[in-house]
Amino acid sequence: MTLLKPAISRALGWATLVAVVVLALFGLWGAPPDSVQGDAQRLMYLHVPAAWIAYLAFGVTAISSALWLWPRTRSEVYDRVAGASAELGVIFTGLTLVLGSLWGRPVWGVWWAWDARLVTTAVLLFLYLGYLALRSVPASPDARAKRCAIAALIAFVDVPIVHFSVTWWRTLHQQATVFNPELKANIHGVMAFTLWFGVLAFTLLYVYLLDRRYRLAVLEDDLDERELERAIAERVAGAGTSVRASPGDDADKVPAEVTP
Amino acid sequence: MNLVQEAALVAGKDLRIEARSRVTLQQVIPFGLVVLLLFAFALDPDRGILRRVAPGLFWITVLLGALLAVSRAFAVEAENGASDALRLSGLDPAGVFLGKAAAVAVELAVLETVLAVGVVILFDVGIESIGPLVLATLAATVGVAATGTLYGVLATGLRVRETLVPMLLLPVVSPVLLGATRAWEAAIDGVPGDAWPWVGLLSIFAVLYVSVGMLAFGPLLEEA
Amino acid sequence: MQPVVRLRSAVCLLGRFPALADVDLDVAEGEVVLLSGGNGAGKTTLLRLLAGLVPLHSGEAEVLGFDLTQDRRSHRRELSLVGHETGCYDDLTVRENLRFAARAAGARASAVDDVLEGLGLARLAAITHSRLSAGQRRRLALAVAIAREPRLLLLDEPHAGLDADGREVLDALLGQAASDGRTVLLASHELDRARVLAGREVVLLAGQADGIADARRREPAPT
Repeated sequence: MTLLKPAISRALGWATLVAVVVLALFGLWGAPPDSVQGDAQRLMYLHVPAAWIAYLAFGVTAISSALWLWPRTRSEVYDRVAGASAELGVIFTGLTLVLGSLWGRPVWGVWWAWDARLVTTAVLLFLYLGYLALRSVPASPDARAKRCAIAALIAFVDVPIVHFSVTWWRTLHQQATVFNPELKANIHGVMAFTLWFGVLAFTLLYVYLLDRRYRLAVLEDDLDERELERAIAERVAGAGTSVRASPGDDADKVPAEVTP
Repeated sequence: MNLVQEAALVAGKDLRIEARSRVTLQQVIPFGLVVLLLFAFALDPDRGILRRVAPGLFWITVLLGALLAVSRAFAVEAENGASDALRLSGLDPAGVFLGKAAAVAVELAVLETVLAVGVVILFDVGIESIGPLVLATLAATVGVAATGTLYGVLATGLRVRETLVPMLLLPVVSPVLLGATRAWEAAIDGVPGDAWPWVGLLSIFAVLYVSVGMLAFGPLLEEA
Repeated sequence: MQPVVRLRSAVCLLGRFPALADVDLDVAEGEVVLLSGGNGAGKTTLLRLLAGLVPLHSGEAEVLGFDLTQDRRSHRRELSLVGHETGCYDDLTVRENLRFAARAAGARASAVDDVLEGLGLARLAAITHSRLSAGQRRRLALAVAIAREPRLLLLDEPHAGLDADGREVLDALLGQAASDGRTVLLASHELDRARVLAGREVVLLAGQADGIADARRREPAPT
């Protein structure tokens, strides 16, 4: 079972590849260098889309978790999607931070600045890591799914609070900073197009990878399921037929022979 | 029994256990004081920064103490199959959550009082206006206690509980650390009026996580 | 009258292991039923299923009028499960533990002292749980169960760990429970003693050492 039909998945794979190549071309050559930041600004075409996916993936994990928890929509599909999306999310979040750091170094002269968005993204990374740590604790599928789903929602509810408090904190301290930690550049025309194209390309990449990771999860679950069915069948065969027990049964009934 | 009575029953039980075993008194509070001492070693009193960073150090120490308090709150339920008994007790899980969180909050309040005295004495801190300080502390304590109790039950019964809870809890309560520290700074050295928005943020966090806890504690207790 | 317990084709998993496979069971109000079978047969799992602690993988389960596939929590106030541990807090005294359990179950905290009398624990009332011996703890577990005034009493190997005196006390307690109209389901290896008390026996059979459960009715051995 897969999230997308195989034909669509293949088409998506190709589209993603093309989009990423086109993005690279535009990002490295098509778009002009920034007047202030120079070529370093080109990292924006990766950093911003990566950040978009980081938050999108978290949203998908949260929504999937909610759908799993809601009894009427409960299905292992949502548990797998939540886990897969979280794995992708942690990668893109890490990528966002690394790219932000690489971009910031030539622009600010330091590897890290306490920019509100970077800080919020850093907290997001830790929320993800916590979720994945929880997911890797061995447990029965249902117990694990329930625990992780609730944890995802607890963390999700925190994100706006973190964002708001950190942003407020950093704007209050604007006067204390030596430089303006703005990673924005003046963008228009080709640069704006490249940025949006980057968002599109990364979104395609995310969906494609999500589908593939989902398939892997299905295969893992299938393996477990088969082992369980074999175990049940063995024991039913071993212990003979099951019989009923209730008050008022015929007192003279001879118990059936059962061989261990 | 209604929810409040059930919460009172559970909180009473937890606090009675604490009074008997004196873990907060004999272990958590000294731990907090030692951490303050270590901060002084690390940051060198002669350089004049201790006073300025005192609020932050205070709240980090409180969070570390909260990890211990939460851990203890659930270690108690791990004895003798007590968490099974709690599940079977017939108590509404939301009531159990409120009771346990309330007990943790009380223990934290005691810790905070002692640490506040420690900070005033050791770091030479003077307090400008006590109102926003107390309210901020109250809201922050409720928020941390609620969230801690939530993660405590989530990790109950897992073998990796002791390393998991800190890494789950601390990122989530980072806004509380932020808000409480800023509120204290405003109340101590800055403009006390600046503290009120942070008190608001802390209150929202507290209300939110008490609500989430009441909803999620039941399902999580079942899986423990 | 509505049965207190009604199971049909119940399958119960412990992790990935099928602890109960296709179990049918009926227990009427006021019955005392003995659950026997070797180690690993699934007796404990069955009791925990009835208490709502273990979810049903498939089949039907109705206890005290509640459908356990929909809601396995609401009926717990009306039953007591005595397992291998007391479920008490080490730092609280015997009386404090009992009062907590009774009040949580909505039972009378004032009756706690009578329960202590009945189980020969009165002189231990002010002793903290951590200082009790194993045998005393077994009696305490029974005291907790009775103090909650349950309609259904589920006992998992209650005779284990009790001295001769304790066994007398347990037998008296079970007799009293039966005459109080409580339904009792008792899993035990002490077949001789238990068969005297029980009106009916249900045997769980383990196919192999790692056990599946089949349920079959067998006549109590002639005494």
